[in-house]
Amino acid sequence: MTTPHPQRPMTYLDANATEPLRPCAADAMLEAARFVGNPSSIHTAGRAARALLENARETIAHALGADPLHCIFTSGGTEANALALHGLSAGRQLLIGRTEHDAVRQSVPTQAPLEWLDVDQNGQIRLDLLEQALAKPDALPAFVCLMFANNETGVLHPMAEIVRLCRHYGAHLHVDAVQALGRVELSLLEQHFDSLACSGHKIGGPKGAGALLIQNTTHMSFTPLFVGGGQEQGRRGGTPALPSIVGFAAALQDALQHPVAYEPLRHRLEQAARSLGAVICGEKAPRLGNTSCLALPGQKAQTQLMRLDLEGICVSAGSACSSGKVTISHVLEATGFGDLAGQAIRVSLPWNVTEADIEHFIQTYTRLVATSTKTP
Amino acid sequence: MRILVAMSGGVDSSVVAARLMEEGHDVIGATLHLYTAPQQQAQKGTCCAGQDIRDAKRVADQLGFPHYVIDAEQRFQESVINHFVDSYVAGETPVPCIACNQGVKFTDLLGLAREIGADAMATGHYVRRVETSQGVELHRPRDASRDQSWFLFATTRAQLDFLRFPLGDMPDKKAVRQDAERFGLSVAHKPDSQDLCFIHNGSYSAIVERKHPEMAGPGDIVNQEGQVVGQHEGVLRFTVGQSKRLGNAASLQGERQMVVGINPQLRRIIVGPRAQACVSTLTLREVNWLIEPPLQGLECWVQMRAREVPRQARVIPFSENGALVSLAEPAMPAPGQACVFYQESRILGGGFICRPSQKINSEPKKE
Repeated sequence: MTTPHPQRPMTYLDANATEPLRPCAADAMLEAARFVGNPSSIHTAGRAARALLENARETIAHALGADPLHCIFTSGGTEANALALHGLSAGRQLLIGRTEHDAVRQSVPTQAPLEWLDVDQNGQIRLDLLEQALAKPDALPAFVCLMFANNETGVLHPMAEIVRLCRHYGAHLHVDAVQALGRVELSLLEQHFDSLACSGHKIGGPKGAGALLIQNTTHMSFTPLFVGGGQEQGRRGGTPALPSIVGFAAALQDALQHPVAYEPLRHRLEQAARSLGAVICGEKAPRLGNTSCLALPGQKAQTQLMRLDLEGICVSAGSACSSGKVTISHVLEATGFGDLAGQAIRVSLPWNVTEADIEHFIQTYTRLVATSTKTP
Repeated sequence: MRILVAMSGGVDSSVVAARLMEEGHDVIGATLHLYTAPQQQAQKGTCCAGQDIRDAKRVADQLGFPHYVIDAEQRFQESVINHFVDSYVAGETPVPCIACNQGVKFTDLLGLAREIGADAMATGHYVRRVETSQGVELHRPRDASRDQSWFLFATTRAQLDFLRFPLGDMPDKKAVRQDAERFGLSVAHKPDSQDLCFIHNGSYSAIVERKHPEMAGPGDIVNQEGQVVGQHEGVLRFTVGQSKRLGNAASLQGERQMVVGINPQLRRIIVGPRAQACVSTLTLREVNWLIEPPLQGLECWVQMRAREVPRQARVIPFSENGALVSLAEPAMPAPGQACVFYQESRILGGGFICRPSQKINSEPKKE
């Protein structure tokens, strides 16, 4: 007996895990999937596929203020970050934020000199500590790796200040923009990032495509993770996942053309949660408009997730490993939330969120709080 | 009704989930993540999910019900593994499965089941739950070779009310596997688990010795007078009542010997003649009754090891949760093991065997 999951009615509020596919992205990828050619082939079919690939590259690079020549397609955000850490950090001192995603934390080259950067009580990077680390007299030039927006809390680092410090001290600034893409203004050129990682499926594109964008003034040797047939200008071997990449480009265009006004919806949700005793993590810092991290004192995140899921509400807790086991959030722990780090859930609104979704969440969350037994 | 199924990833609990689904219940699967195996610890950044968690999730996905992995690693370490080690250090032979059933499973997971609005929790244990007009009873299963009732004596009556054991009536394991095949479960042919779940490479001693290196290594076998009568290769290989592995000390002056005491701190195994070492009374601690405690005493059958034939005895409760057991025939109970009371197939209660009150001299004799 092999039956697929029954389709229970559900309210999907887990955009930061992945967003529902945008119809325009689905159309674009379906069309691309029908193309026969390999973009590396020299014949007619290959040329047609290559044209699609290069169109997508231009779309994405131009949208992000980057040179298409330095837009390297990857399988997603994790690979884009890993590629930056391995490909661009040679001979540099790594400075990495404590609240970074595992895609970064677990991809640090083992031999590299590494210093973790602490965050303040709002989850923002401590600029004084960053400067201290950058200003060490006999330190190597630095490779600073920070996320534009945090995946669990939505908290934004003071990026303009970080850029100023990095430029002043000659550091390479790599920005993990996986959560920021499509949700805030991003431009490699104007914001002076040296490199940036992003992913298609967090903005309603298909899974399986991401990109590493590098500032064209960044002249340095680049070490690929795998060479293979020398695709992506020798920086990422392997046949590009054309349908996913084309879908990614279509989703990004759509996201930029149709920005969603998340704040009023989130405001309503957070007001309700606050009145029920929830603590909103990171609310004093600037945040992504779609993300809300709600901690309920005395309520295990795991139990909250299960109860919401059984009511058809898909949200997540910051730190779930691939087995689905919910553990204590390293982000909230690093931010100094103590016990609350194991009692917080993340609600993140996707591009197609509706008022009814918010109402459903509020009703269910209210019921959950009303019928919970506290387990300190 | 909504039923949470405690899924280990094995064939038994998978069949439980499938059968309850088939009966039309709202099934929710949960698998406890209890420990991280050494081979997983060694790999930096690997996921906690071992094969068993993957298997449980696969079954849930195949059948189409929600499944969750519950982090119980710290609680398991504290309430089961540490307790297991402490018990060995005290010279006892612990039964960690009982501690696990009682704490992590029937207290924590059962509490979670209630919290998510479940009406019952089901497990793959081979034991029968029988509802009668006088209340719920716990019985040995139909398949005697799979009997797990001994490991469940500490189940409280309130827990028993909430629990379900759908495999208690299965004729044998073959029938369970046939069911698994009928449902097309990926685990239908998965081998049965062996030994304690948290023991890897078959070594109990490594876990204890890591915390108590002083207990590792060879030592003396002494008689009850403290005279050295032989050598052994490690106290952790011995249980009170055992006659194997005694080497030359297996027989002294023509009398068969058995282990009558263990002194882990001195790494001593104390032996005595089989014929004299047995006792007729023993004291139990942490006694749980599945009937009204029989203040006047109770004639019943007691089973003092996981696999042994029950013996006739009289059990007399005393104080809050103690009991005195008088055996019809003398025997050599092992401290730390359970002594479980039965009347025919019904389990009435049980407790943990205390270290003997009678004097067994484990100190070296002063000259």
